[in-house]
Amino acid sequence: MALIDKHKIIETNASILFALSFLVVTIGGIVEIAPLFYLENTIEDVEGVRPYSPLELEGRNIYIREGCYVCHSQMIRPMRDEVERYGHYSLAAESQYDHPFQWGSKRTGPDLARVGGRYSDDWQVDHLKDPQSVVPESVMPKYGFLLNKMVDGKYIQDVMKTNRMVGVPYTDEMIENAFSDFNVQIDPDGDYEEMLERYPGAQVRNFDGEPGISEMDALVAYLQMLGTLVDFSTFTPVASR
Amino acid sequence: MSKQPIKKKKDEVETTGHSWDGIEEYNNPMPRWWLWTFYACVIWGLAYTVAYPAWPLVNGATAGLLGKSTRADVAAEITRFEEANADIQQKLVDAELTEISADPELNSYAQNAGAAVFRTWCAQCHGAGAQGAQAAGYPSLLDDSWLWGGTIEEIHTTISYGIRYDDDSRFGDMLAFGRDELLSDEEINQVVAYVQKISSQEFDEAALGDGETLYMDNCASCHMEDGTGEITLGAPNLTDAIWLYGGDADTLFETIWGGRAGVMPPRGGAPAAVVDEAMIRAVATYVHSLGGGVATE
Repeated sequence: MALIDKHKIIETNASILFALSFLVVTIGGIVEIAPLFYLENTIEDVEGVRPYSPLELEGRNIYIREGCYVCHSQMIRPMRDEVERYGHYSLAAESQYDHPFQWGSKRTGPDLARVGGRYSDDWQVDHLKDPQSVVPESVMPKYGFLLNKMVDGKYIQDVMKTNRMVGVPYTDEMIENAFSDFNVQIDPDGDYEEMLERYPGAQVRNFDGEPGISEMDALVAYLQMLGTLVDFSTFTPVASR
Repeated sequence: MSKQPIKKKKDEVETTGHSWDGIEEYNNPMPRWWLWTFYACVIWGLAYTVAYPAWPLVNGATAGLLGKSTRADVAAEITRFEEANADIQQKLVDAELTEISADPELNSYAQNAGAAVFRTWCAQCHGAGAQGAQAAGYPSLLDDSWLWGGTIEEIHTTISYGIRYDDDSRFGDMLAFGRDELLSDEEINQVVAYVQKISSQEFDEAALGDGETLYMDNCASCHMEDGTGEITLGAPNLTDAIWLYGGDADTLFETIWGGRAGVMPPRGGAPAAVVDEAMIRAVATYVHSLGGGVATE
């Protein structure tokens, strides 16, 4: 009882109260946050996950700029209905190079975590131009202007450097070749072998079917790679994770 | 405010001894119910961290006595439903396609499963109600005008292998008569007028010219001399009012000038493990029942 009676000292002394409160919150913070940085089962390394290619990164920036995340999540939760509709539940590793992540908690539209390869490029372009032309009941706005806005990849190196600062493992080689990688991903006749070595599984196509690199190309390139990096026929997630 | 109760209470409960500007504070204990609820919550909290994954240690977090795992749970739940449906799925795979709709139990399962798969994998192009989208050339599945055949066997084949997707797919080639310079723009306009004529639309008499001859030479091999089309080639019937891309002069010109090659991926693009043979049969049954299904001879 003696110790408990001492609380009067704390309650009547604001500085001690503040210092001790801070101590308690710090301990709680360390216990909850620090293990996330060293525990192996929170940092699941999955084969196939790689940083975004320059064109995909540009598309991702357009995705964020247009606020796609306001209506679309990118996280398939481990529940039967979601797994059957969208595919394998999302792994933390699949968004490990996302800054910021696009998990989301609001689905006005469907989840996009595995939208890659689910539709043709033509469908994606038609749908972005006029969503109601293919899905009459959709409430999605039209994004046809993306076709007219050309991108030149002028700042893509800076974007990659910024991502590297926050932990995305872009190598010097990747950053050096950012501009050419950016341009070659849309050119199936180009010399894209090296780009594919740097970004295995990247898709090389003229995504919007129009000449030049438009924002539509970048956005469709990003959408078409979403959720395609992990090969679930060879990867089995550990149940305890 | 009467003075009486205050005085009476003051006799019973002692004060804390604190005094702020002469205002004193009763030292009442917490209500018992509140105190015990609080202790119960503390015990519950501790027990919870023992039963479920919680404390982070050096090499991993404690797994919890109950062995709870979200990943294992979802796998178990999926397995449970797969096992529950295994019998009827097998029955669906073993049945003759034409017999499915005759068996009430099988038909009911196929219709519901097929509708669910349709909404997940087919509706994006063919529409939630299977009405299609003409602007993009996605055909309606509600009418009885079929590009590749409307018997359940033909629908089953189309879903299984797709259209113009890979070497196994159904394949038909509508040539780009204008772009590949097989016909001049003027000749195409004549064919357009002729196609509008045989589909009983208003057409430009002056533009008709050699339209009929050009049609017989270039189009009749697939679309047939009378324009009724040929299902084995995916050549649509040109004499009815149903158009895949549109029957107006501009759209017809565009179609003949640049050709058409709509693509349907096998199983609507679903992985074979997700939409398996039983599910393909279910979707085929569902689509066949939508209104345009043709009876097998």
